[in-house]
Amino acid sequence: MNLRSIPISAWIGIIGIALCLLCAIFAPFIAPFGERDVVGEIWMPAGGDFLLGTDNLGRDLLSRMIYGARTTIFVALVATVISFALGMILSFAAAVTGGFVDQLLSRFNDLMMAVPTLIFALVVLAVLPQHLWILILVMAVLDSTRVFRIGRAVALDIAVMEFVEAARLRGEGSLWIIFREILPNTLSPLLAEFGLRFAFSILFLSTLSFLGLGIQPPAADWGGMVKDNKDGIIFGISAALVPGAAIATLAICVNLVVDWLMKRTSSLKGGRGDA
Amino acid sequence: MESGPITGPVPTDGVAGETLPRSADLSGVPAKPNPAAASGAIGGAFWRRFVFRRPLVALILQRLGLSVGLLFAVSLMIFGGIEALPGDFATTYLGQSATPQAVENIRKDLGLDRPWSERYLTWLGGAVKGDFGTSWASKNSVSEQIGKRLGNSLFLAFFAALISVPLAVGLGMLAVQFRNRLPDKIINVISLAAISLPEFFIGYLLILFFAVQLGVATFPATVYDSMTLTERLSAIALPVATLVLVVLAHMMRMTRAAILNVMSSAYVETAELKGLGTFRIIARHAAPNAVAPVINVIALNLAYLVVGVVVVEVVFVYPGMGQYMVDAVTVRDMPVVQACGLIFAAFYIFLNMAADILAILANPRLRHPR
Repeated sequence: MNLRSIPISAWIGIIGIALCLLCAIFAPFIAPFGERDVVGEIWMPAGGDFLLGTDNLGRDLLSRMIYGARTTIFVALVATVISFALGMILSFAAAVTGGFVDQLLSRFNDLMMAVPTLIFALVVLAVLPQHLWILILVMAVLDSTRVFRIGRAVALDIAVMEFVEAARLRGEGSLWIIFREILPNTLSPLLAEFGLRFAFSILFLSTLSFLGLGIQPPAADWGGMVKDNKDGIIFGISAALVPGAAIATLAICVNLVVDWLMKRTSSLKGGRGDA
Repeated sequence: MESGPITGPVPTDGVAGETLPRSADLSGVPAKPNPAAASGAIGGAFWRRFVFRRPLVALILQRLGLSVGLLFAVSLMIFGGIEALPGDFATTYLGQSATPQAVENIRKDLGLDRPWSERYLTWLGGAVKGDFGTSWASKNSVSEQIGKRLGNSLFLAFFAALISVPLAVGLGMLAVQFRNRLPDKIINVISLAAISLPEFFIGYLLILFFAVQLGVATFPATVYDSMTLTERLSAIALPVATLVLVVLAHMMRMTRAAILNVMSSAYVETAELKGLGTFRIIARHAAPNAVAPVINVIALNLAYLVVGVVVVEVVFVYPGMGQYMVDAVTVRDMPVVQACGLIFAAFYIFLNMAADILAILANPRLRHPR
């Protein structure tokens, strides 16, 4: 793969993601004001000292956006990584073992997927105490059902191939087969799936925060910032739209990269090239 | 979008990952429980004869049974799973500083001192009859509230579906017709962007533009009983537009993928090589095979629509089920949360089942699972 073969759309996506990551990592150095400092009047217009204006409590919107990138990306990323680890280990185990274990895991997964994710999350979060790690765990477990389904389908495809058969006959254990035979051959579609799940995690987290059930104030987070500033909309103040646009931009960027990865995978497999 | 079953998800899965429990169907992998196994479980000579004589009816009955069973399992999960989770209702409800006596009192008050299996059976028995108990927060009947709000939510979802379904299918076909040319690329880019937009962002954008700046739409989309139909329709214009935008892109991309999947199959290629005209290929060879996946796509997205109303209702302060549920979750009003959760899940499950059955009706090949 060389850099020239990457289409422009994917470049836009990569640059957008990189920008957000930079903001997230170097937040304290980039942000002009502190995350929780009240520095001005309520809902001051953009311009002057405050590039994006101030929010509903008079905090600098730009600084909160930069810190918010940190929270949003961190939580979404951790949730995605956990959900992937969980979903992939279980799905590969199901595919390799087969039989009763496979049936049990698959049917339980069907059951989990029979309830829409958001509704499930609402029901569960209504009971659990509000902690960051609980939120991450709930997101991860709910998301891992999707990973499980795809992981199992992909792994089943590979598990019947000759080289896996050969490894079995050689006497390799299940762990070897999972990590040395199946995983390397499923990496490409799963990588695209990872991006997709990450974009979904960002949107899901933002939705939860917007509903007041995600990240709790005063920590800055993009979904929560929309919720904080939503009352300004009626007065024509667009402060709520800035974090909303950021969420949308990041999700679009991730999707652009995923789109390219998917096309690449399907063109590697041949076919008539209908992308 | 892709031809092999390996890549599984249609890359449109951005926002609405949840509508895709069966996205694998599009790429030809039989998803969902294996009907053969289920029929074995039911067993019996009479059933076997029935299956032999009326295979289609038997298959549909089987799906119905499966869905009802699934719904019971879900109700068990919504109720029992919550019991198993750490955290005590009474303590979380009263806060950390509550005295043990107060906690004890409220537990007795809410009936939490009875064993959970007993409470589950009472709850389920009530739920089947349409009685969901009383709310902890307001002490009102939950069913009464839901009765009012469910109608509002369905009203919203119905009009969103009415607009989005024909539009999505039409645009999807347009994209296939101009595949890899300018209109397709434009549709592709716009729909990719639309998929990535959170519902609330679209909602507030529409509010700011149409309600605040142009003043042509009403913002808090409140509806009440004394409103006439036209008043109602103008009140829900913006929420419906938001829902349509959210669902449209997703549905369109899936439609396009489903039709393309058919168009790239060997028999269409053969028809092309035989020298048949485009119209004839589409009408005689592609369309009958594309109907099933497209119907599937529509049903799946309607299921998503039912869930999508939650956020949209909160944005527009619309008195529907979604808002009721979110409010209940913030004050931890469990009877309301459980009732709403069960109803949403029921709609989701039965729309998915409808997708299954319609696909079977439209595509005879699915009637003979291998």
